[in-house]
Amino acid sequence: MSAVLVLVLAIPALGAVVAAALPARADRAGRVVGTLAAALTFGISVPLAVRTEPAGSGARGIHPWQQLDVAWVPGLDLRFHLGVDGISYPLVVLTTLLTLLCCGYTLWSVPGAGRGRLLTALLLVIEVGILGTFLALDLVLFFVFFEVVLLPMYAVIAVWGGDRRRHAARKFVLYTLFGSVLLLVGVFTVVSTTGTADLVRLTAEGGSGLARGTQLAAFILFAVAFAVKSPLWPLHTWLPDAHTEAPTVGSVVLAGVLLKMGTYGLIRVAIGVAPYGAQRAAPVLGILAVAAILVGSLVCLAQVELKRLIAYSSVGHMGFVVLGIATLTATGLQAALIGNIAHGIITGLLFFLAGAVKDRTHTGALGELGGLRETAPALAGVLGFAAIASLGLPGLAGFWGEAFAVVASLRLNSPLWTVLGVLAALGGAVTAAYFLRLLRRVTHGPASPAVATIRPRLAPAELMSWAPLIVLALVVGLLPATVVSMAARPVAAVVSGSR
Amino acid sequence: MLSTVEYAAVDYAPASGLLSSVWLLIAIPAVSAAVLLLLGRRADRWGHWLGCLSVGASFVLGLLYFARLRGLPNRSVELNLYTFIPVGRLRVEFGLLFDPLAAVFVLLITGVGFLIHLYAVGYMAGDPGRRRFFGYFNLFVAAMLLLVLGNNYLMLYLGWEGVGLASYLLIAFWYDRPSAATAGKKAFLMNRVGDAGLVLAIFLLFATLGTVNYRDVFTGAAGLTTGTVLILGLLLLLGATGKSGQFPLHPWLPDAMEGPTPVSALIHAATMVTAGVYLIARSNPIFSANSTLQLVVTSVGALTLMIGCIVGCAKDDIKRVLAWSTVSQIGYMFLGVGLGAGAYALAIVHLLAHGFFKAGLFLGAGSVMHTMREQVDIRRFGGLWRSMKITWATFGIAWLAIIGIPPLSGYFSKEPIIVAAFERPGWTGWLFGTVALLGAGLTAFYMTRLFVLTFHGPKRWTEDIEHPHESPPVMTIPLILLAVGAAAAGWLMTTSVPEWLTPTLPAKTHEPVVHLAHGVVTTLSTVVTVLGVGLAWALFRNGTALVPRPAGPVVTAARRNLYFDAINRAVFEVPGRWLTRALVYVDGKGIDGLVNGLAAFVGGGSGRLRRFQTGFVRTYALSMLAGALLIVAAFLAVRLG
Repeated sequence: MSAVLVLVLAIPALGAVVAAALPARADRAGRVVGTLAAALTFGISVPLAVRTEPAGSGARGIHPWQQLDVAWVPGLDLRFHLGVDGISYPLVVLTTLLTLLCCGYTLWSVPGAGRGRLLTALLLVIEVGILGTFLALDLVLFFVFFEVVLLPMYAVIAVWGGDRRRHAARKFVLYTLFGSVLLLVGVFTVVSTTGTADLVRLTAEGGSGLARGTQLAAFILFAVAFAVKSPLWPLHTWLPDAHTEAPTVGSVVLAGVLLKMGTYGLIRVAIGVAPYGAQRAAPVLGILAVAAILVGSLVCLAQVELKRLIAYSSVGHMGFVVLGIATLTATGLQAALIGNIAHGIITGLLFFLAGAVKDRTHTGALGELGGLRETAPALAGVLGFAAIASLGLPGLAGFWGEAFAVVASLRLNSPLWTVLGVLAALGGAVTAAYFLRLLRRVTHGPASPAVATIRPRLAPAELMSWAPLIVLALVVGLLPATVVSMAARPVAAVVSGSR
Repeated sequence: MLSTVEYAAVDYAPASGLLSSVWLLIAIPAVSAAVLLLLGRRADRWGHWLGCLSVGASFVLGLLYFARLRGLPNRSVELNLYTFIPVGRLRVEFGLLFDPLAAVFVLLITGVGFLIHLYAVGYMAGDPGRRRFFGYFNLFVAAMLLLVLGNNYLMLYLGWEGVGLASYLLIAFWYDRPSAATAGKKAFLMNRVGDAGLVLAIFLLFATLGTVNYRDVFTGAAGLTTGTVLILGLLLLLGATGKSGQFPLHPWLPDAMEGPTPVSALIHAATMVTAGVYLIARSNPIFSANSTLQLVVTSVGALTLMIGCIVGCAKDDIKRVLAWSTVSQIGYMFLGVGLGAGAYALAIVHLLAHGFFKAGLFLGAGSVMHTMREQVDIRRFGGLWRSMKITWATFGIAWLAIIGIPPLSGYFSKEPIIVAAFERPGWTGWLFGTVALLGAGLTAFYMTRLFVLTFHGPKRWTEDIEHPHESPPVMTIPLILLAVGAAAAGWLMTTSVPEWLTPTLPAKTHEPVVHLAHGVVTTLSTVVTVLGVGLAWALFRNGTALVPRPAGPVVTAARRNLYFDAINRAVFEVPGRWLTRALVYVDGKGIDGLVNGLAAFVGGGSGRLRRFQTGFVRTYALSMLAGALLIVAAFLAVRLG
């Protein structure tokens, strides 16, 4: 029993309520309260790494470091069951960190529509939903938290977004609702057949309570639902619109952690509950993942808008994560986890930077940008760093997840997976092409009119919100063991018996 | 069928005492780079001196380590700093290996690197970005040292990409010039194509052997099938061709001359572009195990050395002639490592000698450009020997060295490779030997053309130049030291280095004379060299036209880089562009269109329901609530029923 697990959810929720309840004239106070709540949440999420539960046996299942299990709806046998382990911990910390950075950023700059305290409050509500998803060890609870995220994100895009925000927000909602319905049906199928929603038990049983056909059906339902969120090609078209139109902090949260709910769900729920289904469907998942890598990076080459390009790059990067998962091996899942974290750090940073460029130049069109190094060398330098981290330079965070997803694929030693691994590696090479094109267009060359008159210096608030991500990209790149080693045992406990 | 990888494992002693600080070699320039890049303009006044100092310090340390290494029985020490990444059952250490091969590279990189850093203090004096330049330059040195000091392929790859990054940043250093920005991008991309090969090779090692440690790989490779070894070698070779500017990935190297001249000297002549040779020499147990593989490597080397020579004869840009010459000289090194056995060490000797004379040539060219107001066209030089004596003399020594006039270094380093090529059995021995011989003649021709047109004959300067002057001492001292190296290095290294490199590289065995005797080859190569020099002297001693005149198909083709750029465009760029356009169309109109169409279809089919799609969140929320209630009801029904 651990009260910290509840506090991690309660503090941001409380912060959101207070921030939203403050009157309009106390807008700044509201933002401060929200940021404090986010800081507190981050502060107490870090010690979640302390183990209070007995060490697991290593048998198939989930062996949380800390957990909390109380009755929720006794009549339905629903339990409020939270827990944290090596798979969820890095994602939890990433979420609390990014939310803190976003709230802090809102303290300094509020997008055009104003009402910054509401934006902060919504960010905190999103945080509650995401953290709940990562912590939930009960299938129904997982679903509930998964859904909590939807409406606040819709509002963030629809209220604070760009010119076509309504369209983008509606598309986001419709897509995600579609995914949610499938997820719900999947949850319903599993719970009604096995009679339990306890993820720990379901994972330990390894699907033995489900008929093979039911398992396959359940896995497909889960997989499609999570594929919408991740997003996996061809269910990705909501993403470029949503990213392009969302305000900076919205994009950061969206790319940084919201997408990870999909890949986390694949590991924890889909593979955990229906391992047989996972085995059957894995080749399809792998093929789609590689298609995402190739299509995502090739489409990037033709993009003419900064944020849209970064958004499409997410499709490719998340393709590597799904490829790692689809191998159903310990190596692949570990690659997926570090890939998740790296993508959150780097793409979060990239969206912050894209926002900074757009704030200064009032355009995201690559054709109108150029020569940023001339007028804003520091911003151009950080953008160069982030782009190079994202294209998978070894020694920076992005490399490991992609490299080991390919290694895991090649290690399966079958013709299909060898081809997939090779194609994925080639897709990775294309990543370099579009990021260099981006740098060539934005930072190199003579300064364009839009760039010529911008302020050269970085605001302290900008530096404060970027610096942690820059440092993390380096630390995870040079010491990847910090992230992957804690996931080794939990991952082994998930895949044992899967393949 | 199992492969025939033979590898007598060398015992690496764990590093102790002085050698346990071998990581400092990398750390010093890396820290200096970080300081220079992070401090920004605050470091403008002293940044270049810090840059020189850090590389100088690494050189001194390198000498100390080298001296210590000589005293060790196995001359190889290993230092594992920490566990890099444990994934599944795979495990990679952040480990360094200081052995004879690494040691000579360390001395080349830091020694020649220091001289070029010093030169750059003068060369970049007027440039507002000089501090940034030294930051990138230090970053390069750190990455290159990482490349040669790693004890496994992943560390090598780390350095490999690091030098690629530094090269990209330095080629595009003058980022406001579109040609420089594009050349930087081209270099990085072509390298990336090669890197895809290297990285796949590393993945293949992980997948088949579960390790990337040099020693474990070479020991384990005996258990691989011949096919796997062949694929592994070809992938490594692809990586090597990308980095070293070899066919078919060579076109980026001449374009890389858009960077400042010290960059061309250090990165695109002396060190980085030789990384491919290092990779193959380091992996010699793999390459030696498969004769097909060796044939491919030698063919790539021979073909590239001819391409480089032919194009080099037709170019008018002083730096590009030198760049094509680099392409060609690395072709000789590839020929060497491809021939295998004792020729691995010969290639390394040539690599080291080339480091001296080519760096000297580039810096000399920079000195000329410096005084000629960044003019690079050799048609607009001439008669410079009178006004810049030191540059002329040092360039002259390097010129004699590269064309292989005894007793300068090129003679001792290149000629043994030609001899070794003739020692290869079968008709390929004749082929490779003849190509190498012809290459020597062509090298003599185009290098003499370059030398004569630049320093001799009538003045053909542009109007704005009146009194060319010698460069300042901070530039001429490195020139002199490099010239000394270019003169003496070959003779000093010709037996000592191959001995030093055994057993990291295979020992020289006395091959039977297969085609031509040593003496015959020496005579022939001297004859073709003299012919080349004489021809060029006769043609160009009276200068040449100020602009290129129309010429026959061969010269035109050579001027256009043998159409490799056009081929690349037609085969990769244009179809690539069409593919991306098609994909964007499919993505936008196809998938997204399908989704939107589906939505419209559903909407049209149930027109009445459209009323609910008001676009207001509250309506959506309400319908979600209703749906949720429905589900809960269904849930209850199942549970209770």
